[in-house]
Amino acid sequence: MSSRFVYVTYIRTTPEKLWEALTTPTFMKRYWYGVVAESDWKPASPWKLILPDGRTADTGEILEAEQPKRLVIKWRNEFRPQLKAEGYTRCTMEIAQEGDITKLSIVHEIDIPDSKTIEAVSGGWPRILSNLKSLLETGEPLSTTKVA
Amino acid sequence: MQLNGCILDLMSMDVVFRALADESRRALLDRLFERNGQNLGELCDGLRMTRQAVSKHLAILEAANIVSTRKVGRSKLHFLNPVPINDIAERWIGKFERGRLEVLRELKRQLEGHNDEQ
Repeated sequence: MSSRFVYVTYIRTTPEKLWEALTTPTFMKRYWYGVVAESDWKPASPWKLILPDGRTADTGEILEAEQPKRLVIKWRNEFRPQLKAEGYTRCTMEIAQEGDITKLSIVHEIDIPDSKTIEAVSGGWPRILSNLKSLLETGEPLSTTKVA
Repeated sequence: MQLNGCILDLMSMDVVFRALADESRRALLDRLFERNGQNLGELCDGLRMTRQAVSKHLAILEAANIVSTRKVGRSKLHFLNPVPINDIAERWIGKFERGRLEVLRELKRQLEGHNDEQ
């Protein structure tokens, strides 16, 4: 048994712009409630997510990176012991162009049942993706409220 | 809310509302909310609907992007994709209301005795 969520959104943008939005800290900050990722986005490179107050939220490693189509991140929470103890999750982002629309699929999974980490991220992804879609399509995110 | 790309947005919202406007489809979403990633057989189990009907409803939910699917081994698993519903919520609920709504929801949960969620 595993725990898995699949999120899909269609955005009126190009795969290149979407890739840039997913990997550029200044861009990310605008739709990810002030959170940024640090990495050089190359396979085997370290990756981490930094909260607006400077704390490290999650760490991991880039497993696959195929610009602008596919990004796989080994991902573990760092500041909640219960989540950290579950070990690494895997987050796969796939970008596919469909006409003038770009499809973004995010699969976040771990090979244990009822994962608390997957449950914890499940509240965040829909809001982040709605914000990302709005930012890419209109130039403005829906909400800039920072995470606690 | 700017309406750039509005035709796509409005069209897809129409599809989402239409997909949600059916009790059987909402029941299927409830099942996926309870346990995400089920195949057709699991979703049919215990429902008073034919396999064909469930399959048809799932296709409508998938077309509206409220359900996404993945092939895992031999089976096709269905996942509740909350992103389009969240887009709708964000559109009208707005950033300023969220905090207050969460307080109200929490109050309701406490009063109704469902405080085992967190």
